[in-house]
Amino acid sequence: MKLTVWTYEGPPHVGAMRVATGMKGLHYVLHAPQGDTYADLLFTMIERRDHRPPVTYTTFQARDLGADTAGLFKDACQDAYDRFLPEAIIVGASCTAELIQDDPGGLAETMGLPIPVIPLELPSYQRKENFGADETFFQIVKHLAKPMEKTERVSCNIIGPTALGFRHRDDVAEITNLLYELGIEVNVTAPMGATPADIAKMGQAHFNVLLYPETGETAARHCERTFDQPYTKTIPIGAGATWDFIEEIRQLSGSTNEIDSDRLRQTWWSRSVDSTYLTGKRVFLFGDGTHVKAAARVARDEMGFEVVGMGCYNREYARDVRALAKEYGVEALITDDYLLVEKTIEELQPEMILGTQMERHIGKRLGIPCAVISAPVHVQDFPARYSPQMGFEGANVLFDTWIHPLVMGLEEHLLHMFREDFEFNDAAGPSHHGGHSPKKAASAPVIEEAPVNDNVIWLSDAERELKKIPFFVRGKARRNTESYANERGLNQISVDTLYEAKAHFAR
Amino acid sequence: MTDQSRPPIAGGCRSAPILKQRGQREVFCGLTGIIWLHRKMQDAFFLVVGSRTCAHLLQSAAGVMIFAEPRFGTAILEESDLAGLNDAHAELDREVETLLSRRPDIRQLFLVGSCPSEVIKLDLNRAAERLTQAYAPKVRVLEYSGSGIETTFTQGEDACLAAMVPVLPKTEERNLVVVGALPDVVEDQMLGLLDGLGIENVQVLPARTIDADVQIGPNTVFALTQPFLGETHAAMLRRGARHLAAPFPLGEEGTTAWLSVIAKEFGVSDELFEKTTDAPRRRARQAVAQAAEALDGKSVFFFPDSQLEIPLARFLTRECGMSAIEVGMPYIHDAIHGPDLDLLPAGPQISEGQDVDLQLDRCREARPDLTVCGLGLANPLEAEGLSTKWAIELVFTPVHFYEQAGDLASLFARPLRRKAILGVAAE
Repeated sequence: MKLTVWTYEGPPHVGAMRVATGMKGLHYVLHAPQGDTYADLLFTMIERRDHRPPVTYTTFQARDLGADTAGLFKDACQDAYDRFLPEAIIVGASCTAELIQDDPGGLAETMGLPIPVIPLELPSYQRKENFGADETFFQIVKHLAKPMEKTERVSCNIIGPTALGFRHRDDVAEITNLLYELGIEVNVTAPMGATPADIAKMGQAHFNVLLYPETGETAARHCERTFDQPYTKTIPIGAGATWDFIEEIRQLSGSTNEIDSDRLRQTWWSRSVDSTYLTGKRVFLFGDGTHVKAAARVARDEMGFEVVGMGCYNREYARDVRALAKEYGVEALITDDYLLVEKTIEELQPEMILGTQMERHIGKRLGIPCAVISAPVHVQDFPARYSPQMGFEGANVLFDTWIHPLVMGLEEHLLHMFREDFEFNDAAGPSHHGGHSPKKAASAPVIEEAPVNDNVIWLSDAERELKKIPFFVRGKARRNTESYANERGLNQISVDTLYEAKAHFAR
Repeated sequence: MTDQSRPPIAGGCRSAPILKQRGQREVFCGLTGIIWLHRKMQDAFFLVVGSRTCAHLLQSAAGVMIFAEPRFGTAILEESDLAGLNDAHAELDREVETLLSRRPDIRQLFLVGSCPSEVIKLDLNRAAERLTQAYAPKVRVLEYSGSGIETTFTQGEDACLAAMVPVLPKTEERNLVVVGALPDVVEDQMLGLLDGLGIENVQVLPARTIDADVQIGPNTVFALTQPFLGETHAAMLRRGARHLAAPFPLGEEGTTAWLSVIAKEFGVSDELFEKTTDAPRRRARQAVAQAAEALDGKSVFFFPDSQLEIPLARFLTRECGMSAIEVGMPYIHDAIHGPDLDLLPAGPQISEGQDVDLQLDRCREARPDLTVCGLGLANPLEAEGLSTKWAIELVFTPVHFYEQAGDLASLFARPLRRKAILGVAAE
């Protein structure tokens, strides 16, 4: 058993729902107890879908257990077929149904439905949501896609986007346009928007563009083996990665089309003097492996931040993230325990967090600015406006999104200059930034003011001087000074100690 | 007696035929109750023993609340726990120890059963007894099931309270126990009203802390503020307490009827009753009249969710001028819902249980002005041009008693007003 308060990922059958809901003409019959239908609201509320997810639940109850849950499953399956007339169905069990061992796959096959029935084996007590999506999509492709003659013109499939994916909708639009500019037709985008009939003709594409390894890698590998379709390895998040991606596509397709990069403003925005203050801002990265890896490159090479820590919650990508962290000279944090993430952030005291919905809340609690780079996300990160993460427009979006939570350069400068001013001081807080509003600042001191080490006493002069340091670096200054004092066996901190420590830790 | 006990209109709905259906249900499981119960019981922790699905459900339903240092969590069963059950008990003991050492302020621990723990027949009852002994007298450990195979949504609260009843201290005194978790502000209003009626020795279940424990005995009478407390009702009867059957205190009429049943039991004079309730009744009627303008003459269709549907339909039809097409309930208990059914004007289809696709067919066919349903159905129905009021809000928001009667009507009026503002012609 493992005590859990927050989970980064849902159970694997939610991953299967993400595939089914992303597709059209496919129905999912899920053997699950009453109550599991809660997952519907993820799609109707967070993603604001205007239709019910194509999922039929058997919703068995306690009184059914002694009797015929298998019959219940068959009835549900037949009703779903009669009512929705799908082109194919997928069948599986949720965590509870896995325990009662009814074998939905076997049951559905004996029913003789005139459409393909794809059984899913999703081990609920070992794996999670991303695995569920990846495995489900793989099974669908394996069952439905057949070898075919390649299209006359160079074409590709876009693989990986699902329902409830972080910015999948706009990423697909952005990459489809980019491919179009390169003269490459998109054969099938799947699972999002695809029907079982579309899946059947995936084999006629020349290669695959894998946008989200978490949800599409197994299928991409299958296609590579079975249909001789290579797949792209670069995830086009950030300007540099987008250029690399274009290069990779050129290699795979032989395209020599010029790309119009006028709309890429992020690179100039980053170079403009207004952005100088971003240099060396200490950031912590957390999320799914793919988005963290991509964000690390953008953060360091395109924004000029210093990456002080990174990690991911999906163990499937632990190896990649560890390797990358090593390259950045930081420790990788592979965990799905958000308390551990919070502890790490507290220790590192970054100036900014790039993470998920949970890190946003950790940031709020600690008074550290945060931008969201990865699922899981809440409703505000399924925006109405166009906001991809990928491609050139994605790079623009990233720049804006990451910069907004930070105190603006001039503002930071003014706060330094006038930190003693009676109405323009840090306690007043920048007006637009929730993380630093006066109320939050008042609740934050619990962490900020708590001495790290009880053996060290702050002399009142030093304490006053510390207060003059802007609030967003004060915690770090306190921590550094205390560890400096500890190392030297000092039990009092004076103003001099404070500045000696500052000089010692100066970068 | 006061004028609220008008004779039922044309026999009401108590003997109306009930449409009972089985099929796919679009409802929450009882675990969801934890989300409001943990706010109410300030020294309690709810430990769900279940799967990742259970943790994910709580997280999805609790939204941002989960970050406010929640006093609930899930002990997620892993592959190894399924292999041998002895292991599971040792594992649970270890998790509880970690938890209680991390949160020394916890005085009541609820082990909450889930579908997986019920199916593998993990004996949480025995675990609770063992842990109670281990942590007595500081922490009391109780057990109940919030599993989807046994409970629907608000029944989680019922199962929780029913688990508390047997361990409450015994008394010979005559007292009134009001059962059902209410927001603190509403609870205080209610206690104020009962105090105004001169009724002493009133206790509330669940209490805010373990120290304020209620007592039960043969001279106890109890009233329910929530319609989903069937098991708790039975547990109270088993302790010898007597139930005061009444309509539920929703709306002006419901609140007055509820209070008058209690007033009658305690021999409160008509003068005192009127003196106490006159002003708040007038305020409530005024507020409802204002808020209900948009509701007058409109039709409403209830999907089953919380068992609040019958009292709400009674309020909307009698006080807001709506007509009910179908009132769906997950479960109907005559002893508890009867008084409200008596008052509900005849006409609507009363249904128990659900086959969601068939019910959707009926709803589309009827095209009600307002559909009360869960979040999984609301947006899809809106997209079909039907106005919806999502039902969960009715459980979280203060809606009981006089001062909230106007707010309650507004909750239903808001979707209709919004539709009018946005320029979509209400059909």
